[in-house]
Amino acid sequence: MSRVIEIDGLSKTYGNIKALDNVSFSVEEGEMFGLIGPDGAGKSSLYRILATLLSPDSGKATVLGHDCVADYRILRKLIGYMPERFSLYPDMTVSENLNFFASLFGTTVKENYSLIAPVFGQLEKFPDRRAGDLSGGMKQKLALSCALIHRPPLLLLDEPTTGVDAVSRSEFWDMLATLRRQGISILVSTSYMDEASRCERIAMIDHGQILRVDTPAALAASVSGNLYNAVSSDMFRLLEGLRKLPEVNDCYTFGATLHVVINENFNPEAVVSRLEDGGIKDVSIYPAKGDIEDLFIKLTRNDER
Amino acid sequence: MGILISLVKKEAIHIVRDRRTMMITLIMPLVLLLLFGFAISTEVNNIRVVAVVERHNDATRDIIQRLTVNEYFSFRGLADAQDVESLLRCGEIEAALLLRCDGGDLASQIIVDASNPTVGQSAAAYIRSVLAETGNGNEPVVTRTLYNPRMKSSYNFVPGIMGMIFILICAIMTSVSIVREKETGTMDLLLVSPVRPVYIIFGKLIPYFVLSCIILVIILIMTYTVLELPLSVTVVSVVAVSLLYIVLSLSIGLLVSSVVDTQISALIVSAVLFMTPVIMLSGMIFPIENMPEILQGISCVIPARWYISAMRTLMIQQLDFIYVVKEVAILSAMTLVLFAVQLKGFNSKK
Repeated sequence: MSRVIEIDGLSKTYGNIKALDNVSFSVEEGEMFGLIGPDGAGKSSLYRILATLLSPDSGKATVLGHDCVADYRILRKLIGYMPERFSLYPDMTVSENLNFFASLFGTTVKENYSLIAPVFGQLEKFPDRRAGDLSGGMKQKLALSCALIHRPPLLLLDEPTTGVDAVSRSEFWDMLATLRRQGISILVSTSYMDEASRCERIAMIDHGQILRVDTPAALAASVSGNLYNAVSSDMFRLLEGLRKLPEVNDCYTFGATLHVVINENFNPEAVVSRLEDGGIKDVSIYPAKGDIEDLFIKLTRNDER
Repeated sequence: MGILISLVKKEAIHIVRDRRTMMITLIMPLVLLLLFGFAISTEVNNIRVVAVVERHNDATRDIIQRLTVNEYFSFRGLADAQDVESLLRCGEIEAALLLRCDGGDLASQIIVDASNPTVGQSAAAYIRSVLAETGNGNEPVVTRTLYNPRMKSSYNFVPGIMGMIFILICAIMTSVSIVREKETGTMDLLLVSPVRPVYIIFGKLIPYFVLSCIILVIILIMTYTVLELPLSVTVVSVVAVSLLYIVLSLSIGLLVSSVVDTQISALIVSAVLFMTPVIMLSGMIFPIENMPEILQGISCVIPARWYISAMRTLMIQQLDFIYVVKEVAILSAMTLVLFAVQLKGFNSKK
């Protein structure tokens, strides 16, 4: 079994909204696979199908060699699923939650403690605190511990870092890396583009369609080369000025700078002088390294045109 | 089995940790029973009455004497015939009794303020019975009131309150607790686990069943001690029928939880669809016999109607179980149908 998830032509429609439109990709065993896309891209629907909570309208999804629709009983023993929202019992304590989920899977916390230890470590200090009183980061760690308690070979994490502070997010990804080293395959979704680089391969999804599947580096490279940074003292006029130029395909704000997508006629020095002639001061244009976000903007812009 | 126990334990934690709700569920039956038993009653007491006597004789003195000592009246003395109307109009009195000797016979007239029909009717009936006792009524009829000789309304309310409380606790609390899990997403985690849906359902039902049983015990103790309902062997049947009704109410809660998705709508559906009919159409307050036929028909599908009627037979009339077989059969049938529909629906949901 080399592929833990195999999705083939999956579609799901709610009323007249297409949540998933002919989605196909696969996840290799032991891989940390990222599903990157904005809110409402269809990520959660896909997760619900893989977690056997939802039936697709058409297409086929195979998880750990079992069909998601026909073999849902078997799959429910094998998958560790962590839904998008925090869904543990806020009125139960940390240890009560953990023990409860262990018993649901017919196991005990003791038996699998070694696996969850790196995640649960920080929570150990207050086993009697109510889950509802934990901070966002702690809640996610508890939820992950509960999803891991039965040693699932595959983890389905739906936006685990949404609503969590930056430090906890980074910690959380470190933990996922640790789990992956222990041989657990992970499908993780996020709407934070910067987290994509933590995955081995990512699928970019928008409006229910898979846009691209590749390694983060390859995806970033595909936008590099024709990408420049632009800064000046008047960013708004710079943006307007650049967008008017024929050799600029696209220009958008990116952090503190502008990212300029150019075509072959682009000459940075000429453009700078032309802009400064137009009254924009301190213009500087230099090559930029593209990342997933640039690719996303590129792909979704193409879509609109 | 281990899974079921931990599901039940988890639910018990939810119930116990939610202090406010638990206090309300335990105290509400007590408050309702005491309210209806003592404070709110449909009996009419302290009717203010005056007598207008043209000429006193032994008979009139006897009647006035009886009005004075009777606890249903508050006798306001004698009045002139022309003042009666203004007294009634000012609301000083609710009834007036006019006595006149016509030859040897005593002629009487009763004037009542019927702006509240219950008070008016009762006042007239009470005065008539006083006249009858003194042998001065038109036709002395001997009335025997069976089962509730003092016509205490608290007796009548006990079955109604039971019918209401169990719907309230079982249907509303069960449905809200299931829908809460749907709302917060924990239901997804339960469904994704290998636990069978039947266990999830029973894990929900058992704790609320136990809670209802505790409330049943509280109500019965209150009824037989504070409200002084006569205790007899029928209490066994009372418990049995109540347990059946509790199970039925639980399955109603399940039904609600399967059709709604938010706690607030669960609450509204339970309250509007179940509480209101229970109060208005079950015969708890308004006699079913007095309703238009359409409403009588609707009342047949309300479980509380059959439960309350069975409880009246068992608790007040103190009759044997045989006399409530019809009600029990209807309640059982309703329970079976609801449960069958539920288990099927829950299993196929995926």
